[in-house]
Formats: sequence, C-alpha cells, structure tokens
Amino acid sequence: MNDRYELNKNLAQMLKGGVIMDVTNAKEAEIAQTAGAVAVMALERVPADIRKQGGVARMSDPKIIKEIKSAVTIPVMAKARIGHIVEAQVLEALGIDYIDESEVLTPADEMYHIDKHQFNIPFVCGAKNLGEALRRIGEGAAMIRTKGEAGTGNVVEAVRHMRTIMSEIRRLKSLPREELMTAAKDMAAPYELVVKVAEEGKLPVVNFAAGGIATPADAALMMQLGSEGVFVGSGIFKSSNPEKMAKAIVKATTFYNKPDIIAEVSEDLGEAMHGIEISQIAAEGILSARGW
Amino acid sequence: MINIGVLALQGSIAEHVHSLSMIEGITPCEVKSASDLEKISGLILPGGESTTIGKLIKDFALTAPIIKRAKEGMPIWGTCAGMILMAKEIVNEGYVHLGIMDIAVRRNAYGSQLDSFNSTASIPIIAHEDIPLVFIRAPWVETAGEQVRILARVNHRIAAVQQDNMLATSFHPELTTNLAFHKYFTGMVKKYLICG
Repeated sequence: MNDRYELNKNLAQMLKGGVIMDVTNAKEAEIAQTAGAVAVMALERVPADIRKQGGVARMSDPKIIKEIKSAVTIPVMAKARIGHIVEAQVLEALGIDYIDESEVLTPADEMYHIDKHQFNIPFVCGAKNLGEALRRIGEGAAMIRTKGEAGTGNVVEAVRHMRTIMSEIRRLKSLPREELMTAAKDMAAPYELVVKVAEEGKLPVVNFAAGGIATPADAALMMQLGSEGVFVGSGIFKSSNPEKMAKAIVKATTFYNKPDIIAEVSEDLGEAMHGIEISQIAAEGILSARGW
Repeated sequence: MINIGVLALQGSIAEHVHSLSMIEGITPCEVKSASDLEKISGLILPGGESTTIGKLIKDFALTAPIIKRAKEGMPIWGTCAGMILMAKEIVNEGYVHLGIMDIAVRRNAYGSQLDSFNSTASIPIIAHEDIPLVFIRAPWVETAGEQVRILARVNHRIAAVQQDNMLATSFHPELTTNLAFHKYFTGMVKKYLICG
C-alpha cells in the first residue's frame, strides 16, 4: 500500500463520528456546514428527486461543484457513476476531496467498477455485505458506506446492510485460518483482505451508514449498530425544516447512546421527509441492486 | 493511574485513546460532558472537523469549562482541528473557538485532500529518533506570540508549538504508531500533577 492510499484512508478517519450531507448547490452546502456537517456531498439531484423524476442521473455540473467548493471550508465530496472513469477523472481535476462511486446515479458500466488505484483522490463506495465491501476495497476504495436504499427515507435497508457486514466480520473472526480461503471464495472477496478482517475483527477502512436515514433517531440507530458516521441524503433537504433537522442529526450522531439528548433534539422538527415502503418499489427502482 | 481525556465529540478519538492506552500508567477517558472534564488531568483535542467540533463544544456548554481548566494549568494538546480550536486567531475567519493559545492559524493551508502529505522531522525536545508526521488537509501556524515556543517547522511552516501547558500540532501523531508526542504530553501531565 502506498502513502497516498494511507493518507486517503486517514481523511476518512477524520470524518468519524460526523454527518456527511447531500447538497445540490452552494446555498445548501452553507446550510450543511453551519449545521455542523463534517463534509458535503455534491450531486445533481437528491435521491428522492432522482427516484421521482427518473431519467439518467449523472455527475453534477462542474460549475456547481466549484461553487460548492468555494462556499465551504469542510471537505467536498461528489458522486460519479459506477464505472464512469471519466466522471471520476473530471472530479479529480476539480480538486475536490473525495469521490463517491455511487449506485444512486445511473451506472455507466454494469460489469466493472472504477479501478480506484489509478487515482490520487480517495473514493468511498457502497456495499450491502462484507464481500462487496472487500471487493471495493480491493479496487482501491478508501472508505465504505452501506448502500441502504437511497431516497426512500426508510432506514430498513441500511440496517440490513450494516447488520450483515458486522455479523459477517464477527463470523470471519471466529474461523480457523484454513477456512479463510473458502470464506474468500464464498463471498467472492480478495483473500488477503479476508485474512486481514479475520485478524483485526474490523474493516481495514472507515465504514459509514447511508441510504434512507431521515431522522436523528435513525442516525443514532446506525451508530449503535457499529457505523462510524452517517451520510444523510434526501433526509435533510426534503424535510420541512432542513436547518433544524441537519443540526439535530449532527447532535444525535455524536450522542448516539444518550437517549435524553436524542429526545431533546428530536422535538418539534416539523415533518421528516415522506418515506417509501421498500416493498412498494418496483424491482428496477431498487438502487442497491446496482453494482455487485 | 493518571486519567488523560480525549474530547469525544467527533474525529480521531479512537486513535488517540489507542495511543494513550499504549503508555504505562495512563487511563484514557472519553470526554463528552463538563462532568467528564472534572475527572481528568490532561485533555487531547483530536483531529476532525474544527467547525463541527467547535459547534458541539458551544452547544453542549463545554467551551467555558475547557477554558477554565486550561487557565488553571491543566495540559491541553490539540492535533490539527484541535489546534484550530485552541488558536486565538483563525486567518480569514471572523470567529474563534476556545482562543486559549497565542497563535494565528490558517485552515486547510496546504489545499484539498490531494495536497495531504507525509513527512518526517527531527524534533529533539520530543524524541531522539525522527518522527513520522501525517498532514491531512492540515492547517499551519501563520504567526505565534512571544510566549509561544516553536517546536517544529515543516517546509518552512510552523507545525508544532507549545505555550506553557498548551501543546498544538498541525499533524496527527495519533495516525502513526510512533508514541513520542503522546509520551511528551504525558510528561507535561505528570509535571502538572506534581507542581500544580
């Protein structure tokens, strides 16, 4: 592993315990920073709108990314389509801090993810289970997040993915060494990373929760399940009082094991985003099925 | 055992706790409230996002108690974001957080994540061996007051400073396995406990 990869994992360590918020313009970025976000994620439309409006979702306009970058001092992340090498190159050229190779955008490649080792800029990628997380890390991701089901305001898939990853880590830890190659084969993950997880009992990179987090209690739930921080997408700017909701989610993430504080910050937040029951979504609308 | 606290609101908390746990005689404590502050003899302000941590110390009424303990002489060490929290001036910003150390710091002084870097430096007062230094979207100290001792410069920029009971580094010793800075800070805490 080279220095650059270590530095990129290190930046994710600095984001731990924090909230990364989706923003579509400079004004939203300022609101996020004022509320206490540790970073902002630039994208063309929040997932709830992508879901509603349909069509192809792509990387943001570079002009908007530049405006966001100059509006805030916290790290700026932006989404590229899965497998879209050139969108990633463009984002690196813009000098942002992190790229999310994201299933929320329409995939550009249904076979291959980006070879992230070819870049100096760090990548975060989504995962539903440990095998998927380790495949992305094998490709060079410096941070992992659950996929959850973005744009639904329904935390159930993020919970499923976090619980799955955590329980698979615990299982690997308990296996004798001679069973690790078979485990690697079964989960289609690089053997060296499987061994590392079995030895250390944790992912080799920081692991956040994402996809469907809509309330302070959702954020705290994900932290209690072992997440090291949270991404909130539509949950903030699709709520009736984004500023207040953003501040409350930041506080609930820090004090995730203090129910009295979570109760206090959850009071009178207005309406959370309108949610969707996962079983009501047609198969082609399931974003977490994108990528492999 | 000596209790050393790590401000546990956001950032590289686990890393500092781990480094402290490697030093004999030290019990690391996570500090999340004013009452936690009463139980410690030294405090580390970790790396993270200074705007986030700064808001949380204000909203949860930790600013005044931390300033009070600093004024009483309790050793405080800020790494990166922690250094920004301690500074009396933040260049190009209209606010300060704790404002307890006579330094002016520039945030994200080197640029974006693509400008983050590793280095090593010989800092004789801290350790005999060279110390690995990790700079992540790091600040630097632009100017330091007369009472501030400059411990290290990296690429001609001030990267480590001490003012009496206060230590600040623009890099992250907690991201390396080198314990030199944690041991040095532990020494400051021991001296404080003996001499007050």
